[in-house]
Amino acid sequence: MKAPANAIKRRSGSINGHTLLMLITIVLFILLYAGGCIAYADKNFTRVQTFLNILRSSAGLICVTCGMTCVMLTGGIDISVGSLIALDCMILAMGMGDWGFSAVVSMVLVLVLGIAFGLFQGFCVGYLQIQPFIVTMAGMFFARGMTAVISTDQLSITAESSQWFYDLANYRIYLPFGGYLNKAGKMVMPYIGWGVVVSFAVLIVIFLVLRYTRFGRSLYAVGGNEQSAAMMGLNVKKTKMLAYVLASFLCSIGGICYAMNTMSANVNQATGLEMDAISSCVIGGTLLTGGVGNVLGSLFGVLINGTISSIVQTNGKLASSWPNILTAILLCFFIVLQSVFAILKDRKK
Amino acid sequence: MNTLRKATRQQLFLPIVCVILVLAVNMVYDAARGAGIFNFFHIYIQNDLLQGRLINILNRGSEVAILAIGMTLVVSASSGTDISVGSVMSLCASFCCMLIAGFGVSSVESADQFAMPIVVGLIGALVMGVFCGTFNGSLVAYLGIQPMVATLILWSAARAIGLLLCNNLIVYIRVPEFGIYGGYIGCVPTPIIIAAACVLVVSLVLKKTAMGLYIQSVGINKKASRIAGLNSRKIIFICYLLCGLCAGIAGIVASSRITSADSNNIGLNMELDAILAVALGGNSLGGGKFNLAGSIIGAYTIQAITTTMYNLGVSTEVTPVFKAVIVILIVAIQAPPVKAWFKKHSAAKAAKKEVARV
Repeated sequence: MKAPANAIKRRSGSINGHTLLMLITIVLFILLYAGGCIAYADKNFTRVQTFLNILRSSAGLICVTCGMTCVMLTGGIDISVGSLIALDCMILAMGMGDWGFSAVVSMVLVLVLGIAFGLFQGFCVGYLQIQPFIVTMAGMFFARGMTAVISTDQLSITAESSQWFYDLANYRIYLPFGGYLNKAGKMVMPYIGWGVVVSFAVLIVIFLVLRYTRFGRSLYAVGGNEQSAAMMGLNVKKTKMLAYVLASFLCSIGGICYAMNTMSANVNQATGLEMDAISSCVIGGTLLTGGVGNVLGSLFGVLINGTISSIVQTNGKLASSWPNILTAILLCFFIVLQSVFAILKDRKK
Repeated sequence: MNTLRKATRQQLFLPIVCVILVLAVNMVYDAARGAGIFNFFHIYIQNDLLQGRLINILNRGSEVAILAIGMTLVVSASSGTDISVGSVMSLCASFCCMLIAGFGVSSVESADQFAMPIVVGLIGALVMGVFCGTFNGSLVAYLGIQPMVATLILWSAARAIGLLLCNNLIVYIRVPEFGIYGGYIGCVPTPIIIAAACVLVVSLVLKKTAMGLYIQSVGINKKASRIAGLNSRKIIFICYLLCGLCAGIAGIVASSRITSADSNNIGLNMELDAILAVALGGNSLGGGKFNLAGSIIGAYTIQAITTTMYNLGVSTEVTPVFKAVIVILIVAIQAPPVKAWFKKHSAAKAAKKEVARV
């Protein structure tokens, strides 16, 4: 009887613990960004383009985080995403370069690889009941190792390898507002790339899927309580597997966005990206135990991450390890907050 | 048939089979190259130092063996893994070298340039290890956060903090007094002695006190142990603390071995090795009963696999592929559905036999 009671409460508009977590995140983001604007107003932080640049550089991360949210809703975790992105970028660079494929074939190859990777991981987690962490950790080392097998060089995607992909990556979609006058007195309009468009499309689709489809609701049900989900007649194993397939597939889409942004590939690319994705989800209010979460919150998590690294970059004097440490502190704060909420909820009963 | 079945049920069956496999690969490789078949076991003294491939494996595998001790306890008590050990190792090494060399100093060539005596650095590293263990332990034991998620924080932060402590430099301490912990005492490599001492102390404590029993019972059923009068939380906390301490010791050995603190590379991917060692040792990653000897054998087996791969000419970046495959295979064998399938299969076979006899 617990779940319907909760739903009624949410509809009537009262704030429960989880919406509170998301509210904290949104307020934190606004505070951070406002702080950045005040501190670095002289370094162009207030321009619309700065915000769009955060979106452009984290387009890949947004896709990955959407997938990660789906996996975390089932109570699992996927730490193979960073390595998978490195592998994706490597395949794109090699495919369009040495292997001589066209851009479309390389991209299809990457997407198929993502689905296959997810199928294997999902099978291990869903049907073999191995701990998700162990499976995806092995997946993480496997993908990173396979990247090294393909090539250990620093590759770059150039206009010669695929003119179409190069143009696609550098295409600028100008926004009709938010411009500023440059020194020559010309109006410069802010712009975004295709990566941002793709990532927002993914975000909206996943948001709708989680909210209105059978699959989306069963993700919540499995994460909330596996046993009762099974008793309701849901196929728990299949749902779990599909969550991992979806995560790896979205990660591959993210990999293409990431490659569009960096236009390069090497073995050590995107190390620690899994950490960014997980912390974005947690900061956005997705419970690590599963069953509660929302991609919108995750989006704000990504934005907070992006703002932190943008501030550190703008400052210029801070060491490069600061974003990492700050994200970890935030992650710690939100994890502790979550568990405190959980303990309080237990007490109420 | 019966003896075979009995043998496969032994906990040490898996690690020993792996050791034999690795040895066989080595022997075949040696024979194919024209060297003696028993080249692998050849131990000799060169320049007053013990040499040989076996010694090399024992020496290089020390860090993983030390980490495996802590990891075994953590896995057993909390049925989760501490994935921060590699990063904590790096942090401890950086902290140790930072204390000895002074902040922002990148290279120390002689003992009189020390900012602080070596002992302070070593104790500092151990304290830092214990501190990290305390952090992980309090999150897991007292706040009830899943172990892997709680240790995720330090997994990402510890290495970054280490870099910060070293001012983004690689701190070199090229002094023999510091290098001894990763070098030689007499003719024996010191890491082997340190690892042996750690194993001895921990196994004595586990055997002579009821601690080992407590850890297992908490791992098997946390609630039942609490009702039986054990302080479950405290026991889990102590396990994490010990794991942090082990990471500190491993960090000292690792940084002393290269007489420097390289925050980006010390302990890299070491958490996978430690978890793999525990799994290889026949311990269930679901917690409960554990076998320390198995984990130690597992740790050295992993080092033997790594060394063998280097001998076969596989590059450092590619080795994780093989390790990942091995991890998945081992864990898949232990997975409940697979076990159930085997049981059903063998039961069906036995039933058929019974029918045939009747």
